[in-house]
Order: sequence, then C-alpha cells, then structure tokens
Amino acid sequence: MSLGFPGAKRRREGLFFPSHPFRTHGGAHVPHHKNTAGQESATMPPPAQVILPMQQHVGAPCVPTVQPGDIVDVGQVIGDSDQYIGAPIHASISGKVKEITTVTLPAGNRVAAVVIESDGEMRLCPNIRPPKVENRSDLVAAARASGLVGLGGAGFPAHVKLNIPPDKKVDTLLVNVAECEPYITADHREAIENSWAVLSGVYALKELLGLERVIIAVENNKPDVIKVLRDIADSDARDPENHVRVLPLKARYPQGAEKVLVQACTGRKIPPGKLPADVGCLVMNITSIAFLANYLKTGIPLISKRLTIDGTAIANPQNVIVPLGTPIREIIDFCGGYRCEPKKLLMGGPMMGLALVDDSLPVLKQNNAVLAFGEQEAKLAQPSACIRCGRCVAGCPMNLMPTLIERQVTLKDDKALAKLGVMSCMECGTCAYNCPAGRQLVQAMRLGKSIVKAAAASRAVHTTK
Amino acid sequence: MTDKLYVSPSPHLRSGETTRRLMLDVIIALIPALVAAVIIFGPRALLIVSVTVLSCVLSEYLARKIMKRDTTIGDLSAVVTGILLAYNLPVGINPLIAAFGGVVAIVVVKQMFGGIGMNFVNPALTARIVLMASFPTQMSTWSEPFYYLKGSADAVTTATPLPSLVKGDEVPSLFHLFMGLRGGCLGEVCAAALLLGGIYLVARRVISPVIPLCFLGTVALFTLLLGQNPLYHLLTGGVLLGAIFMATDYTTSPLTFAGKIVFGIGCGLITTLIRVFGALPEGVSYSIILMNILVPHIERITRPVPFGERRRRHEKD
Repeated sequence: MSLGFPGAKRRREGLFFPSHPFRTHGGAHVPHHKNTAGQESATMPPPAQVILPMQQHVGAPCVPTVQPGDIVDVGQVIGDSDQYIGAPIHASISGKVKEITTVTLPAGNRVAAVVIESDGEMRLCPNIRPPKVENRSDLVAAARASGLVGLGGAGFPAHVKLNIPPDKKVDTLLVNVAECEPYITADHREAIENSWAVLSGVYALKELLGLERVIIAVENNKPDVIKVLRDIADSDARDPENHVRVLPLKARYPQGAEKVLVQACTGRKIPPGKLPADVGCLVMNITSIAFLANYLKTGIPLISKRLTIDGTAIANPQNVIVPLGTPIREIIDFCGGYRCEPKKLLMGGPMMGLALVDDSLPVLKQNNAVLAFGEQEAKLAQPSACIRCGRCVAGCPMNLMPTLIERQVTLKDDKALAKLGVMSCMECGTCAYNCPAGRQLVQAMRLGKSIVKAAAASRAVHTTK
Repeated sequence: MTDKLYVSPSPHLRSGETTRRLMLDVIIALIPALVAAVIIFGPRALLIVSVTVLSCVLSEYLARKIMKRDTTIGDLSAVVTGILLAYNLPVGINPLIAAFGGVVAIVVVKQMFGGIGMNFVNPALTARIVLMASFPTQMSTWSEPFYYLKGSADAVTTATPLPSLVKGDEVPSLFHLFMGLRGGCLGEVCAAALLLGGIYLVARRVISPVIPLCFLGTVALFTLLLGQNPLYHLLTGGVLLGAIFMATDYTTSPLTFAGKIVFGIGCGLITTLIRVFGALPEGVSYSIILMNILVPHIERITRPVPFGERRRRHEKD
C-alpha cells in the first residue's frame, strides 16, 4: 500500500538515479529454475526448410513479396505491410521459396506463411549494408527496415515505440533485463555474451533520442549480469557523465512487466490504457537493444533468435541461436530430443507462455523460450470453490480484485467488470499462481476483458444507428 | 511425439498451496489450545471436540449428498468448524447439544448458502449463538479448572472472570489468565496456547496479522480509555480465540488490506461496547457476526484503486 507521504511526490518528480527500486504492489515468489544461465549459447546449423508466418508482431499481418519458385538470400525482405503498425519479415536462410501456405499460430490465428527450402549456402543478400543513421527519423526508419519487434515477448514493432510523438517528452530509457519468467535465460545470455552491443545500443539510443538517463534494470538473481553491465556502464571512458546505471531489482515476479518495471525504476505509474511514453519512459528489452546496435553496425535484419530450450522433458537444456522459422521439433532434436514423453509444450515462460498443440510450429521473432514438460508438471488441477483467502488480491500487481472479477464474469456484468478495472489486467498470472483453490483466474480475466470489449462495441453500434 | 499434449490457459505453474493445506495449518495451530483444554478441563474436552468435529463432517457429507453435489469433506474446512465450535462451548455441555451445534453450523449456515466460500457469517460462531439462545443454562454453566482431578463426578460450577472484571470484583491474576487457569469455554481459556497458534498461522502466512492486531489493539485502547485494565480484557473471555481464529476466517472477512483494518477495528469496538455497556457479559461472537454482515460494504468502500488510476471513480449505482 502506498501511503502518499508528503514529500514523496516531489522526490519522485526530479530526475535522479534511485539507489533502490521503488516499491511495487503484489507479485509472487515464483521458483527461478534458471538452469541454463551459466551455459554458453549454441548456434544451430540452418535447417532444411524454414516456415515464416506473415504475422510475427502486434499489428497488421504482412503480405508476401515473393512467389513460389523465387530464389531468396539471407536478409531479403519476403513479407511487408503498408500499415504503420507492422514490421517487414526477412528470409532467415538462403534458398528457394517452396510454397506459400497457411499456419495456425499459438494464439489460434491463421496466417499466410512463406516456406523456404534451404540451399545450404546461407548466402547473404548483396544489398545489405549498414544504414545511415544521423537523426531520430533515420533511426525510426532503420528500426522499421530491420524488422525489429519487442523481443521480450510482446512483439510490438520497435519503430512505433521509437517514434515518440512530439507532444511527449521522454527522458528515461529503461533497459529491461528483469527476465522474471522462470526457466528463461535468453536475455541473461545476451547480456553476458553481447554486453558490448548492449552498451553500444544504449548510447546510440540515448544520443539519437536525446535521453537524459538510462536505467538498466536487472533482477538481483543475476549477479553476473549486474557485474558485467556495471563494469561497462560505470567506466569513466565509456560513460563520462555517468548517465547510464544499473539498478538491481528484487527478484519478484512480474518485475519485468512494463508497468511494474517503470514504477520500480522511476516511481512513475502508467495510467490504464497509456504507454510508457506518457510518463516519459522508453522501455526496451536488452536483446532488442543489442540487436539494434548490431543492425546499425552491419545492416543484417532480424533473422535469428536466441531461445531457451528447457523443461523437464528436454534432454539437454540450453540456449540456442536459431534462424527464425525453424520448426520447434528440430530445435528440440538439436538439444538431444525429449527425455520423456512431452505432455505440455510452451512457447514462452510457464507464467505467461502459450501452450502449443504440436511441435511442428516455427519459431517467431518474439519467442524467447520453448519449454517441454512431462506428465507431472503438465497435470491440470481440478479447481475447487473460492475460499476468499485474498491471495489474488494481495498479489495483483495492478491492484485488482481477481476473485470479484471472476464472479462478475460468470454474471456477464460488463459495467461491474469495467468498474473493477478488468481492462488493466496484463494477464501476468500471479493471481492464478497463488490461488489455493486452483482457479483459472487468468482465463476469467480474459473473458472479462472480452465481455467489456463486446459491450463497448455493441454500444457503439447502437449509438451510430 | 506420439501422444497428445495438454493445452490450457496460462499460468502453467502453480504455487502448490491448496485449500486442504491451509485448513490443515489452521488445525495444527488449534492443537496447542486443545492440549491446554485437555489439561485444564480433563478428557471430557477431547470428547466434546470429537463430537462437534464428527457432527460437522457428517453433516457436510450428508448435506452435499442430499443436494447432489460433490463431496467436500476432503478440504478439512468442516473439521476446522467443528474444532472452533467446540472451543466455544463449556466443557460440561451435553454432547447432544454440541452435536446439534455442528448441524446448525454446517447445514444451516454453510451448506444452505452454497458451501465453502459462500457463507456470509462464521458457521461456528453462529452455531454458538443459536445454542446460547436455545440452551442458555447449559451454555453458561462453567467448570472450574482441574475439577476432574477433585474426584467428584459432577462438574463444579464457577463464574467466569469477565463479569467480575466489569463489575470490579476480584479476578484471577494475569499469570493465571495467561495460562488459562480460569472458567470459560474450553478452547478460549489458555491465552498462551492461542497466541502460539496465532504465531504459527502468521509465520506460515496462512493469515495476515492485520485483523488480530487491529481487533486486539482496539479492545486494549478502548478499555484503557474507559478506565479498565486492558490486559485483563485481552486475557479474559473469548477475545483471543475470536481475534486469531474466528475474525480471520477467509470467507467472512474482507479481501482488501484496508478492509481488514476496518473489520478488525469494528470487531474490537463492538466487543468493548458490549462488554462494558451491554447486558451480556461477552461480546466477541456478536461483534464478529455483526462485522461479517458488513463485509460486502467494507469491501466496497475499501476497494483498491487499480494501478495508475488517480482516484476511485465515483459511479452512481
């Protein structure tokens, strides 16, 4: 509970580097399971074919710009969209376009996908060259051309985020290295293996966007990352004015969620339905920043991704750098295959990841982990009656009352749901994780949101009539 | 991959906490008071507890069966209700009356409102009030501590210290009260055992200490303001049992942090008023039941402000 002491507000407004994170509400102590944190990432050889769905981001799907039979090079654009919120898709291997098919993505939507058969050469597209970036609009254009989307999992096109509207003053860049999901260590390895690129990306963004401070936010369960990044960020040669600092955060789920992270680092609260830019912050995932630095240097677009392959059903858990579009099955085979019969396959972490129906799906831009579990972890508990213990309320980082929302969902009362703030829910899963009755609270929250949206849509129809 | 995969909404990880485990923790926390009751009032205390637990579990089983619903005795909540009911009875009570209390608690108060999580008042306390109204003499005949060692077959009746305390008569020493050497309901007398259980529940994070602290703090403060010894008020009657085990009942206490504060203060206030100014000697059960009824309203006024919203939206409905 924040008690709004006098002075607290004034202190929060000035720009300074907090020595401790600001207090945030709720959260849960989830087990870390960071089994792969200490291992060097392996690079997977290019697969025989890749499947590149035309929707690997939030926004409008891309339209294929190649035909079956075309020969494509690594880094060549194969899908693009004329919509503002969208990002081009590039060939991740060289070879021949085999077909344009339709795939069902983990979220359930069906989209077109370009299938490329490898010629084994990994021939780089000849017109790849480092972009000329001198000002903010160059940066936005370069970010769009690179195909970068939020690599932390959200998949929001990076150029939209970087194109800060002129009426908004952004003063702080937050580099998200919280990685609060259990098992996942892809960002952790990025920080260790690519720390130069991280800092170079940070400075590029800071200069081009005119930012005043950069806070690299790391959960304190990654002391090696904190040390590596501090060694670079605190050096006088690299950062003479000391505008870049590392802030260790409490290892408490969901520390890496955008709104929670902004509050923990700056004390600012993003209002419902608003973005970090509305409170003067730009939040970027560490892997996105490292990619951007590499892109500015080499011009190679987003064609590969580091994934954490882990879970009780994986023989050799590790981080693997794979070409985008590689079928999950092949990556798992690269990691020694399944150790036991897989019963649950997740794209993403166990708290917010999506359960897959089979392992033939390709890797997408925003994926950062594939987890496979055996029978014991996959078993579904039978929900029992809510005992009103209040753990969902105490744990909600958005300060909602999940159990009351669940009740309103069964009553389908859209007004009560809106009043309870269901639209603020980010589906982090803390409520359901904590629930002793095993209730599917996140599912209820999603239903609640769709009830509110449907009611708003039907009201809009009625008023226009 | 030969077999099919489980597909379910996130999260795919659970804390492992279960209703049954929470109830088991409450039962564990109630054991010190049971041991104290057996020492102070003899094996008959164990008999009364067994009768109420059996009656509660059986009532729950049969009620669910008759209503054609799933059996829920496995969650152990009926056991907790049974123990708490027994703790609110004098040791000399007729076991049939005790068993009737269990039926009232489970069938009337809990199952008729939908079972666990749906009852709006505390089952054990409501059953106690029903028994007080139905069997006033039986319910206020108190046995002296260690009467069973004195060889007489019948219980020796004694007065409870609370009425004497309010009237200003002589009362047992604080140490006697703390150890439970006084007349009273079988589970409420030993403050030391109840506090031990309370510390266990807070340490295991089964309950939040907010309600007990606000409840006890309010009783202490108001009795002090009214010119009485707050320590005597805290150690007599059922205030410790009520504050630690009854007012913290999940189902009938507010979900919100601020709501728990309001609830605890309300319980303390009503308890003090009944004790000092009311016609009844003890007010803990009534105060908790009255506050139970107010829980939906307390929750409405203490609803947390969703993240990033400036202030609570005032809507007229």
